[in-house]
Amino acid sequence: MSEKDHAALAKAFNEDEPRVDWHDQTLWWVRQKRDRAARQVPDWEALRDTASAIKENVLSRLSGYLEQFEAAARENGVQVHWAADAAEHNAIVLSILRGHGIDRMVKSKSMLTEECGLNEFLQESGVEVVDTDLGERVVQLAGEPPSHIVLPCIHKKKEEIGEIFHEHLGTPAGNADPQFLTHAARLHLREKFLTRRAALTGVNFAVAETGEFVVCTNEGNADMGAHLADVHIASMGIEKLVPLRRHLGVFLRLLTRSATGQPVTTYSSHFRRPRPGQEIHIVLVDNGRSVHLGRKDFRNSLKCIRCGACFNTCPVYRRSGGHSYHTAVAGPIGSILSPNLDREKYGDLPFASTLCGSCSNVCPVKIDIHVQLYKWRQEIVQAGHAPAGKKAAMQAMNWVLSKPGIYQTAGRTGRWVMAHVPSAVNNKFNLWSLHRDLPAPPRESFGEWYRKNKANQ
Amino acid sequence: MKVGLFIPCYIDQFYPQVGIATLGLLEKLGCEVTYPPQQTCCGQPMANSGFEHITRGCNDLFIRNFSSFDYVVAPSGSCVLHVKEHLHGGTAGAAAAIRARIFELVEFLTDVLQVDRLDAEFPHRVGLHQSCHGQRGLRLAQMSELMAPPFSKPERLLRLVRGLELVPLDRADECCGFGGTFCVTEEAVSVKMGKDRVADHVRHGAEFITAADMSCLMHLEGILHRQQSPVKVRHIAEILNHHLS
Repeated sequence: MSEKDHAALAKAFNEDEPRVDWHDQTLWWVRQKRDRAARQVPDWEALRDTASAIKENVLSRLSGYLEQFEAAARENGVQVHWAADAAEHNAIVLSILRGHGIDRMVKSKSMLTEECGLNEFLQESGVEVVDTDLGERVVQLAGEPPSHIVLPCIHKKKEEIGEIFHEHLGTPAGNADPQFLTHAARLHLREKFLTRRAALTGVNFAVAETGEFVVCTNEGNADMGAHLADVHIASMGIEKLVPLRRHLGVFLRLLTRSATGQPVTTYSSHFRRPRPGQEIHIVLVDNGRSVHLGRKDFRNSLKCIRCGACFNTCPVYRRSGGHSYHTAVAGPIGSILSPNLDREKYGDLPFASTLCGSCSNVCPVKIDIHVQLYKWRQEIVQAGHAPAGKKAAMQAMNWVLSKPGIYQTAGRTGRWVMAHVPSAVNNKFNLWSLHRDLPAPPRESFGEWYRKNKANQ
Repeated sequence: MKVGLFIPCYIDQFYPQVGIATLGLLEKLGCEVTYPPQQTCCGQPMANSGFEHITRGCNDLFIRNFSSFDYVVAPSGSCVLHVKEHLHGGTAGAAAAIRARIFELVEFLTDVLQVDRLDAEFPHRVGLHQSCHGQRGLRLAQMSELMAPPFSKPERLLRLVRGLELVPLDRADECCGFGGTFCVTEEAVSVKMGKDRVADHVRHGAEFITAADMSCLMHLEGILHRQQSPVKVRHIAEILNHHLS
């Protein structure tokens, strides 16, 4: 497990309760927008079923679709690269840039590059990367990772963004007017777009039939980057495929309604072939996905289209913040994807949930997220990653609960102690009673009452 | 109709009145109810913590206690869901038979007994907490995430109670944060979720918070107590079985 686990990081986040309230209400507002947008679509639930079925089909024939996609993309004049893991992906991107003598690049939103640690790698290799999504740029300037896959700086208040811009972009101190700050960012980024010869984008959907890919943004920053650059690199996870172009109609209707409650992204741009003089490179990244595909209980999490709806609805995420998940993809979906990458390091994440099930209900591709959280818990414990104290407690509890006589005696004794020596249970070692009272112990249990009053009737 | 009464361990030990109300209600509605005295726990606390593989003792005990009934009924959506999804072991088919015959109290009243009248009175403003495992797991009520027609089995029963006024809530089905061992392993978030849930009910003038799961109510009661709030919790069985004396 990492140095600080989710519980410790969430506890730190909760030290500022008004901020937790603000974070919770902001994301709940997005969840409500999602509800209103979904309600506008007749047969929303049928649309989810359809999307899920298409993705199940993709996962069941992934290698075939990948080869079909590769052939079609090459036919279109696109250069296709295969990366087995994060390191290979990063090396491929670097070699493309070096091949053109490029040491400065713009990049639009791509959670895959976060997963691969591309920015750090390129910076260490002497390549400057500017994130051009506004929220991404804010966290990049702040030296932080995104806290949400769709709303990367949702944890920052506008006043804090004003301070960051004052420090890095020279805006007047104390100015936190969103329109003013956005304008300042626009001027700052425009210079980057005009002067960078390479642009990296993510991929929301890739079409096996045609070899094209679709990039969805609200700011048009992927388009600005790709259209102005000589070299367009698109990084995509191998699960991003849909078989046919017409399937995009299903996913584009679901994606942004689920994500932010908008009917569709402002820009849903299709890239098919390079314009004369331009190069397009697609890097197909595995990085654990094919291993995940082989795990029967967990494979369907690869259906994920990264809308973030499960973040916004999750009562734990809203009250613990994205950074408490200490991984690129946070929230409920991150809690079932990350243990595949490193079961020990991310072994705390499947436990950062009450298993309430809201995530599975909002998921546009119907991933059974809360069921997988439960299954990951079993895997992680059986792999020996449970804390020793917890293991001992569970074994003791299980022993008592397996033996009715011992259970009854333990219950009677426990209630007596609670009633007569309350300090034995109401103390700082009992995490229950830090902020909650224990129930008043009754004189007799239901079992005892039943024996006295009912058993002989 | 022979009904085996399952009173989950923490209700047995801390909330005997909930067991008494459940038994009273079922008998009043004509069921022949037996409480097997050697019962303990469904095994959920261990299983949800990742230790399902050590719960065989609890499973076997559960099967021994509850194999001989037409129905098994418990006043807890969460424990019932756990049995339905994870009870294994015993002789061939024994666990599957119980999984098919176990009901949470509310759904037993609405779906099996098809109760449409109740002799109960509770003249108070009541907030209904939709416990997640009952709601999203057992489908006791429509879920706010789905675009589907609304229904609520607990609400339908509460509307049969004379004098009871249900208060609206801002978030109709948000989790209270109890979550089993989550309540101590993630203490900070658990408490914050509970405080927010309590505040929603208090803001809307509830005098009582009710639910079909006592575990949620134990958590919310702990927070209300600490806040010295006059708002109380009552399991839905206590309300459905309540008479003015």
